[in-house]
Amino acid sequence: MASPTTRPANGSVTLRGIRKTFASTVAVDTVNLEIADGEFFAMLGPSGSGKTTVLRMIAGFEQPTEGTVLLGGVDVTTVPPHRRDVTTVFQDYALFPHMTLRENVEYGLRTRGVTRGERRRRADEALAMVRLDHMAARKPAQLSGGQRQRVALARSLAVRPKVLLLDEPLGALDLKLREEMQVELKAIQRDVGITFVFVTHDQDEALTLSDRLAVFNNGRVEQVGPARSVYEEPANRFVAGFVGTSNILSDAIAQQVVGRSGTWAVRPEKIAVLGDSPAPARATVREATVTEVVYAGASTRVLADVGPVTLTLTSLNTGGVRDVQRGDRIRLAWTDDALHQLTDADPTDRRDTPTEEITA
Amino acid sequence: MRLSAGLRRFVGGWTILVLLFLYIPLVFVVLNSFNSSRTFAFPPSGLTLSWWKAAAHNSAAWHALGATAIVGVCAASLALVLGTCAAFALQRYPVWGKQPISLLITMPITLPGIVTGIAMNTTFHSVLGWNLTLFTVIIAHTTFCIVVVFNNVQARLRRTGTNLQEASSDLGATAFQTFRWVTFPQLRGALLAGGLLAFALSFDEIVVTEFTAGSTRTLPLWIFDNLFRPNQAPVINVVAAVLTVIAVVPVWIAQRYGDDEA
Repeated sequence: MASPTTRPANGSVTLRGIRKTFASTVAVDTVNLEIADGEFFAMLGPSGSGKTTVLRMIAGFEQPTEGTVLLGGVDVTTVPPHRRDVTTVFQDYALFPHMTLRENVEYGLRTRGVTRGERRRRADEALAMVRLDHMAARKPAQLSGGQRQRVALARSLAVRPKVLLLDEPLGALDLKLREEMQVELKAIQRDVGITFVFVTHDQDEALTLSDRLAVFNNGRVEQVGPARSVYEEPANRFVAGFVGTSNILSDAIAQQVVGRSGTWAVRPEKIAVLGDSPAPARATVREATVTEVVYAGASTRVLADVGPVTLTLTSLNTGGVRDVQRGDRIRLAWTDDALHQLTDADPTDRRDTPTEEITA
Repeated sequence: MRLSAGLRRFVGGWTILVLLFLYIPLVFVVLNSFNSSRTFAFPPSGLTLSWWKAAAHNSAAWHALGATAIVGVCAASLALVLGTCAAFALQRYPVWGKQPISLLITMPITLPGIVTGIAMNTTFHSVLGWNLTLFTVIIAHTTFCIVVVFNNVQARLRRTGTNLQEASSDLGATAFQTFRWVTFPQLRGALLAGGLLAFALSFDEIVVTEFTAGSTRTLPLWIFDNLFRPNQAPVINVVAAVLTVIAVVPVWIAQRYGDDEA
């Protein structure tokens, strides 16, 4: 990240004290972000958390009520979208239905007055990058969802922007295609080397794709950091619940279950079911009753009642693990490393939290 | 939905019956334009081209046709410009009083022609002291022609939303480039359909025209004037036959190009 004294590189995005209000609702509340040149950055959050509004302010479709937007260190807060070196892959792709794929991809070059021959060459190059050069003469209506997505990507990249914005880029695709496109997006980003900023409500997508991510909630950024640190060290209750699943234990329950005060989060995959084997060193062991077993192919999710609460635990179905049944008495174990303390203890503070709330 | 064979045959037969009911009278008009009997005795005792010759040399009819065409083209053009502007303003910009304005714009098409006619006549003739000419007819026709353009364009704008405009400006297009390359091509079908419909409405309008035309004659007025003059009746059949054929063209164009989903 650029320090205040060095001039940021060209494709950096800086948001300083961004606020956006629509009538009486606050969509974005004082967001500060520093996105480095060439970074693959995710803005993750539930719908209505302000992430899309922030993206639209970077593109220039919305103007912040307060604060400044800098691109490559230059203040562009009031610059209209067509004069920003930023392009967007829209959620619904927004391909021009009356143009062929080639004309669609050429569009940004046409507006910039690039000559016909050069335009065509670069459009074909961009289409080749997304492996659709053989369909250049087709119209968008003749394509599948995944192909449209790739055309939208080619169209946005053909103008060689400094920053590419992607609004829920994979949201409309089915699972298989999403997984393919995730790999493809990552490869393309590495190839072109420009800054990618994408918005998603899918925590898996944010974790897999991004170098760093910002977790949004109620118009604020709850946490910014690399995927691993956001997952392993969630800053608060919201992040712990939204990014992955967490068992959140607070106050009295934490006292009883882990013997500590404060609010603690334990990831379900870090709780082990002990067979007859002895507990590992420095581990907490609790007796529990299995209340539900959910088989999910690659993994199994087990709900286990330890007395004051029911914990969720997941284990990979790698074989060799003893099958558990509803009603079984089992022993659970987790190490101290698995416990992560959360700073905000008040659950009423955070609404719409998809956390597996643990109640006494 | 699957229909039983019997029901399907019934529906098919009924459809044919309705279509025959709609179009057989037109066939009689065309047939009578060749009927050698001046009183249109049916079935025709002989066929002749003399009415067609007479019509071709009827300068009053040609004159009226010219006037009608001028009114139709002018009213439709004015309606295209004004209706499109109104649709854009109400659909894409924050305008105070959208609902009442929209209602006031669409009202003229539901107003009885006789009311519009009297109102226009009073305004042009008594209040403004203008002579009633083609010009006043054009203004009167534009008031209801605007409605069909407005409705068509507004529906299209509502359906297309603003995503493509955003995508266009995102890719570096100025407002003018966006209009030229994205917005206008998207509206082309709606404009074509609206314009043709406006022209068609204007072309056969009688009531409002009668009140605003003064001594000028448009084709429908001319036909109406001559309908009950025995000498002219055969020629009117010829004119009607020609109009029937001509009317097919805009409908065909509108259907062929009206919907421009790529």
